[in-house]
Amino acid sequence: MARLDIVKTKGLSFDYIRRDEEGNVDGIVNALQNVNLSIEQGDFVAVLGHNGSGKSTFAKHLNSLLIPTEGCVWVDGMDTTDEDKLWDVRQTAGMVFQNPDNQIIGSIVEEDVGFGPENMGVPTEEIWKRVEAALKAVGMYEFRTASPNRLSGGQKQRVAIAGIVAMKPKCIVLDEPTAMLDPNGRKEVIRTLHGLNKQENVTVILITHYMDEVVDADRVIVMDGGKVVMDGTPREIFSRVEKLKELRLDVPQVTQVAYELKKNGIPGMDGVLTIEELVNAICQ
Amino acid sequence: MSIIADKISHIYDRGSGNETYALKNVSFAIEDGEFIGLIGHTGSGKSTLIQHLNGLVRATEGTVYYNGQDIYDPEYNMKELRRHVGLVFQYPEHQLFETEIFKDVCFGPLNLGLSEKDAQFRAFDALRQVGLEENLYYQSPFDLSGGQKRRVAIAGVLAMKPDVLILDEPTAGLDPKGRDEILDYIAKLHEETGITIILVSHSMEDVAKYVSRIMVMNRGELLYDDTPKNVFTHYQELEEVGLAAPQVTYLMAELRKRGVNVPLNVTTVEEAAKEILKVMK
Repeated sequence: MARLDIVKTKGLSFDYIRRDEEGNVDGIVNALQNVNLSIEQGDFVAVLGHNGSGKSTFAKHLNSLLIPTEGCVWVDGMDTTDEDKLWDVRQTAGMVFQNPDNQIIGSIVEEDVGFGPENMGVPTEEIWKRVEAALKAVGMYEFRTASPNRLSGGQKQRVAIAGIVAMKPKCIVLDEPTAMLDPNGRKEVIRTLHGLNKQENVTVILITHYMDEVVDADRVIVMDGGKVVMDGTPREIFSRVEKLKELRLDVPQVTQVAYELKKNGIPGMDGVLTIEELVNAICQ
Repeated sequence: MSIIADKISHIYDRGSGNETYALKNVSFAIEDGEFIGLIGHTGSGKSTLIQHLNGLVRATEGTVYYNGQDIYDPEYNMKELRRHVGLVFQYPEHQLFETEIFKDVCFGPLNLGLSEKDAQFRAFDALRQVGLEENLYYQSPFDLSGGQKRRVAIAGVLAMKPDVLILDEPTAGLDPKGRDEILDYIAKLHEETGITIILVSHSMEDVAKYVSRIMVMNRGELLYDDTPKNVFTHYQELEEVGLAAPQVTYLMAELRKRGVNVPLNVTTVEEAAKEILKVMK
């Protein structure tokens, strides 16, 4: 049976219109241009692209924070321009942003996580169940009575994710959630996301600059100049080292080493993504 | 001519029975012209440490010497110290405020009491050093890309002509190309002017590629202070303190486990490829 598309866009374009002091149009930036995408329920999708490529603008369309200038966005079959469906859309596609400090409002971890479901009018007993489950899912249950400002960056970001999980979205959109974290914090967050994806079948749309976070995704979408320019599995994407460099992106260090070896005539070096793969290729 | 930290500790809530050490007995000497990477997990004391180096935060115990002078001496000119030791904070672009890029960069030197003309000379110099295209000088800083904004903010500090430039995670949130651009300009600046640079970073790959000395902080203490090659051979210990070595270091370790005779102390892609080719030929 074909899986349902959780996100679908058709001819999606978005213009930022700049105005001068009198309100006359000063300039138009085409942030998104004719984006056509379908993302299947349960996929782990990574979105790459340099600063200003349109990634964040795209993400903001997925929960009606922005409305298309042209074209359409459907989230779980709902048109994001339909005002009656606004809260359903936002409940279906939860968003996590870069800076955890801007997203946490509660003075105790479990209070913060409960804020979302409480706002949705979930009965109190059910809220507590959801808070418990969400905190366990992100591995922060033991911190449930801690004050968020005593947590590390990675822990805070996991609390922010729990806050979204407690609203039981089918899809979580994360806009560079690890940009401000140290290597350990990054690992924690990425591990948490893969756990949610596998165990709860939550669709994950992860916007990131870190190539090593992309390796385990089901699918990678590369954006440039407001358009989708590459779309495929990590292996397909990372076998095109030159193209990625052209797009101001990077490849993982092992992929780069493999690429250098290939240039020197060593066979079997295409699309190497992990240390293990490269070691196997070398030790053959 | 150097910065010496002599057994500095920074203690919060001292004497309350609930003392926390943000820094604990940290000692080191930094010579002129060094390019240093300062790494450590979040909360390890990196940012607290660099704020001690230009006197923004005062050590609870111990002393900092700048060019042989005790900066806590009541006679010491702290304002002068801050001119010599320039600090670029995290997300420095949030501190841009002028209507024009050029004016923003002039603000520092004008504040030092320089004439309009001298300040402009310095601003030109600084903007050139960070590689900003000249046609952008008179635009609003808010129309720039993230990487460009950050370079303008760094130029603002460079225009003060510091002898030591400290950058707190200058590449956070930038895309790979923007990151490489900033680091390349910093490396070039170091090469051309001989300025001392202290780079605070989470990215082991970046640090390994550029610096000649790494200081690793853990829970307020200085854990390692050595060359990148020597520090990253401790990759297992680094992991225990929430850090990691560059991916190629792990690659080398795995290859060695499989009996491939490559050195462990490899920290860049180029070196790794070279070493592997050596054993494969």
